[in-house]
Amino acid sequence: MELIRIRDVSMQYKNGVTAIYDLNLKIRRGDFVFIIGGTGCGKSTLIKMLYREVKPTRGEIIVGGLNVARLRNSRVYKLRRKLGIVFQDYRLLTKSTVYENVAFALEVIGAPREEINRKVLRALELVGLKGKVRQYPDQLSGGEQQRVAIARAIVNEPKILLCDEPTGNLDPEKSIEIMKVLDTINATLGTTIVMATHDKEIVNRMKKRVIILKEGRLVKDVEKGEYDDEAI
Amino acid sequence: MKPFRMFFRSIRDAFKSVVRNFSLSLASISCISITLIIVAIGIMASLNVNNFTKVIKEDVTIVVFIKRDVDESSLGVIRAKLDQIDNISTIDYKSKKQLRDEMQATSPTLDATMKDWSEDENPLKDTFQIKVTEIEEIAETASTISKIEGVDSVNYGETMVGKFLSAFKMIEKGTILVVVLLILVTVFLIINTIKLTIFSRKREISIMRVVGASNLSIKMPFVIEGMVLGMFGSLIPIILIIYGYYALYKHFGGQIFSPLIQLIKPGPFVYIVSLIILAIGMIVGMIGSYRAVRKYLKV
Repeated sequence: MELIRIRDVSMQYKNGVTAIYDLNLKIRRGDFVFIIGGTGCGKSTLIKMLYREVKPTRGEIIVGGLNVARLRNSRVYKLRRKLGIVFQDYRLLTKSTVYENVAFALEVIGAPREEINRKVLRALELVGLKGKVRQYPDQLSGGEQQRVAIARAIVNEPKILLCDEPTGNLDPEKSIEIMKVLDTINATLGTTIVMATHDKEIVNRMKKRVIILKEGRLVKDVEKGEYDDEAI
Repeated sequence: MKPFRMFFRSIRDAFKSVVRNFSLSLASISCISITLIIVAIGIMASLNVNNFTKVIKEDVTIVVFIKRDVDESSLGVIRAKLDQIDNISTIDYKSKKQLRDEMQATSPTLDATMKDWSEDENPLKDTFQIKVTEIEEIAETASTISKIEGVDSVNYGETMVGKFLSAFKMIEKGTILVVVLLILVTVFLIINTIKLTIFSRKREISIMRVVGASNLSIKMPFVIEGMVLGMFGSLIPIILIIYGYYALYKHFGGQIFSPLIQLIKPGPFVYIVSLIILAIGMIVGMIGSYRAVRKYLKV
């Protein structure tokens, strides 16, 4: 059963640049998918469309049963609650502690305190940061900050985790740590992961489904794929 | 249960971010304080000016002189006719004897001249002293009274009252205009200051959206924060209003230059003005932050 279905989607920015051409794609429950391609190939745009940061100009995107393209601004939160999102720049609240940052995602949906406490500690344990709950983001390394961001993204137990270049700011060693965390989440929680990256090392090491975009078009979609330099 | 929980969390978060963004909060609070002090002074000055005019208006009296040949029973008829006129609030009868006694009491010179008069020689006339409810209609009322049989003449200081009335109208309009303008300027200033504090938190708002906060639950803590800033901002003006006005009242002994220009008693007055200032601060703070947040929710 597919969790994400993209049909005949095109996306053109207001300045006239077309980022995506006639894209068709299905992503099943429990998949781990890499979206790769060079700079400006549209991989970020694709991720942004999945969480409705931008709207497609044409076509249909269904994420977890919601028609994203038709979703009104005031209802976007319904989609976001089904998703976890991880960014290259972490996007943590710098004035809040690690615990508060992760708890934030549950507080805004009105979860009771005991539930928040239980889920936050479990998520932090999963990313290996249980000992740092009282620290502030600027007291952590980049890799640790990204793990806080991942904990925040999964604390709500979303079906889908979207990652936009999560290792882009990290050195190879820390990147591998992050990938291990993501792999564990995918394996133990069954979370579907869609990750945009241009990190060749990681893609080759993980052996997951690879979708290659070039100038806004889908050029390759391989199970257990590798980083294909020629296609890019 | 859940809406309450989210509401209380919003209140907690609002206070938390006032503390965590201390320098910006302080900037907003002091800006709000200063503008509210100006508004408070404007409101109090204009209310006092309106009070002077009210006191002076209340002092205006129509004096109705009765013809000398009118006897007791005709006097009763005149009184009954006066009672039927709408615009009259009080009627005081003063016989010429009473008037003479009062005048004698005011100065020794008058006393010396008047004390030898016999009752028949008294050149004064019996009078009705009348206060009106609507001073703007005093001319009509006076002319109605002058037509009553037995009334000799009517006097209310026509020329002076007319001048006063037009001056008062201008003063009233002027003070209302000043207060309205001041409030508008304040609203504009406070809204913009709060906008600035919230613009600096653009990132926070975008993160809230990313983790699935509904627009309402994003707005709520910010709106409450705006209210809290407005509340803190009105504290200093309120303290100044209360202590300052009491001191001013005491200093002038309740009147400026002459007993005609009375200051409003501090009694409930300062507390009412304080409440108005608190309400302006809080409401404007809320509006300001609501508008600032809304801008970032349109994606």
